[in-house]
Amino acid sequence: MEILVQQLFNGLTIGSVYALVALGLTLVYGILHIPNFAHGALYMMGGYITLMMMVQYGLHYWLAILVSVIVVGLIGVLMERLVFYPLRHAPPIHDKIAAIGILLFLEAFAQYVWGADYQTMPTPYGQVIQLFGLTFTMQRLLIIIAAIAVMVLLYLFLKKTYTGASIIAMSQDRDGANLVGINTNRVAMLTFLISGGLAAIASSLAAPINLVFPGMGQLVILKAFVIIILGGMGSIPGAIIGGYILGFSESLGATYISNDYKDIIAFILLVIILSVKPTGLFAKGGH
Amino acid sequence: MKFINKRNIIMALVLLAIAFPFVTQNDYFIHVMTLSFIWMIGVYGLNLLAGYTGYLSLAHAGFFAVGAYSLGLLTVKAQMNFWLAFVLALIITSILGFLVGLIALRTKEHFFAIYTLCVGYILYLVIDKWDSLTEGVRGLIGIPAPANIGPISFETPLSQYYLVLAILLVVILIVYRIVHSLTGRTYIAIRNSEDLAQTIGISTMKNKLEAFVLSTFFAGLSGALYASFIRFIGPDIGNIVITFDLLTYLLIGGIGTLSGPIVGTVLVVWISQQLQFLQDYRMLIFGPILTLLVIFYPRGIAGSIAGWNAKRAEKKLAKAQLDERFSQSTLAAENQVKEG
Repeated sequence: MEILVQQLFNGLTIGSVYALVALGLTLVYGILHIPNFAHGALYMMGGYITLMMMVQYGLHYWLAILVSVIVVGLIGVLMERLVFYPLRHAPPIHDKIAAIGILLFLEAFAQYVWGADYQTMPTPYGQVIQLFGLTFTMQRLLIIIAAIAVMVLLYLFLKKTYTGASIIAMSQDRDGANLVGINTNRVAMLTFLISGGLAAIASSLAAPINLVFPGMGQLVILKAFVIIILGGMGSIPGAIIGGYILGFSESLGATYISNDYKDIIAFILLVIILSVKPTGLFAKGGH
Repeated sequence: MKFINKRNIIMALVLLAIAFPFVTQNDYFIHVMTLSFIWMIGVYGLNLLAGYTGYLSLAHAGFFAVGAYSLGLLTVKAQMNFWLAFVLALIITSILGFLVGLIALRTKEHFFAIYTLCVGYILYLVIDKWDSLTEGVRGLIGIPAPANIGPISFETPLSQYYLVLAILLVVILIVYRIVHSLTGRTYIAIRNSEDLAQTIGISTMKNKLEAFVLSTFFAGLSGALYASFIRFIGPDIGNIVITFDLLTYLLIGGIGTLSGPIVGTVLVVWISQQLQFLQDYRMLIFGPILTLLVIFYPRGIAGSIAGWNAKRAEKKLAKAQLDERFSQSTLAAENQVKEG
């Protein structure tokens, strides 16, 4: 019983990270209808920049995350301006390949600048806490709280502010949004800024319990794709719920099935979903 | 200018490829060239699917690894005759391709790319984790070189070079025949508009599946050749990085063109060899190139050259027409003068 509760807690932690990454991915998909394969590279850059800020410049953890969010957000904006904007009328196969090009570049870049070794990120929240007979580190608790806080803020931003509403409007109907006077270019850039920022927050939160290395984004991004297919491409609540479903199934699978194969669970899940429903769960529109 | 036609260029290239080992006499160059021929076969497979049918499959490294591991396991662990194992490896890859394609091709566009990406990752993870069968990260050692066919032996690098070259030529011929047949036209029709293709009575699923299986067959062929040529394989050959490598070759050469895989592979492999010191960082250069190509030259080198030629021919035609009209009008004017 104790193991189960412990694992549920772990699932909540991993799920929070997945949900944040998937949110960024789903926002971009909603606006531009491109699966951004380079999103995992943004996640990786976020981890490295936070690490660098903390180790080299001695910044505090939260301050380092703030810098990382801004930098990675700007990388996202650059990506939209330089790559996805010129490709907006190209066949769909092109922006996928372009995104892969960016992904390869950023990974090689990280390896060139920071080296290929695995690095650990120090955290001021390493304490172990006892609560209701369970033991866990402060960092894990922090991940859950911070992730939920970010999600609530994002929700309020999207629902209660004019700018946020324009993002939703554009994801519903791009031409329509343009007609009522929304500057679609600005909204697209803003979406990439938010998406990059979310990736940076997710990796900075998760890095102290994992490791930082050039390929750290690969598995996460694949899983994020599974999540947004699970939750419906472009759907925001879907990304959050999907993230937690995957987090729980992974941590339970690791204990009760096999630790070696826990990474496969997500992909098997996806293969099953797409086999049954080729357009993903909760897909809008018919054939 | 009459000499520079398609047939003569192809003949010259084939002769060049045959003469290459005698010209260089350098074992290392022959090794690199053989390896690029092996990659080309895989790239042709990817081209048939992504270039002609319009389905970007990101599982190719997985099928490449399945071909390589099938051959490796059948020869090393089951001690099977080499050529029997070779044929079986191709059959195994194609059957797997058929099964995956059956489900994967129900999805479209983004879903297909993501689905195949995940399939590729599953194949890689299974190879990596299934220690008792594949030896996991230790890799498979001691894969035999191709067995003799009658009196011909394939122990030397030179004979392996010619074996791979021969197989490559057959592959190119097959792809050429497919692309210039009704089947090839059907694939292109599916790429251009699947709904339209369906409306005019093309069984899209059957054709897509055909293209997918062929494409995995070539990936498996290339993997099996790789295993018998390098004679050591590790799970890394199934990694997604290999898919991206193949995609880079295809994109730079020209996606959806016949000569693209050759041009792209030779060019990138040789440049990479020249930039040995960059080894791990080569993607610092090829990543941006990939992105820039897609934005500015989406049809790669071969496609752009074909585009220029077409434009030039068009201009020539327009000029000829203009000249004709001009001479007609002067003629008419002269006639008027005469009549007047």
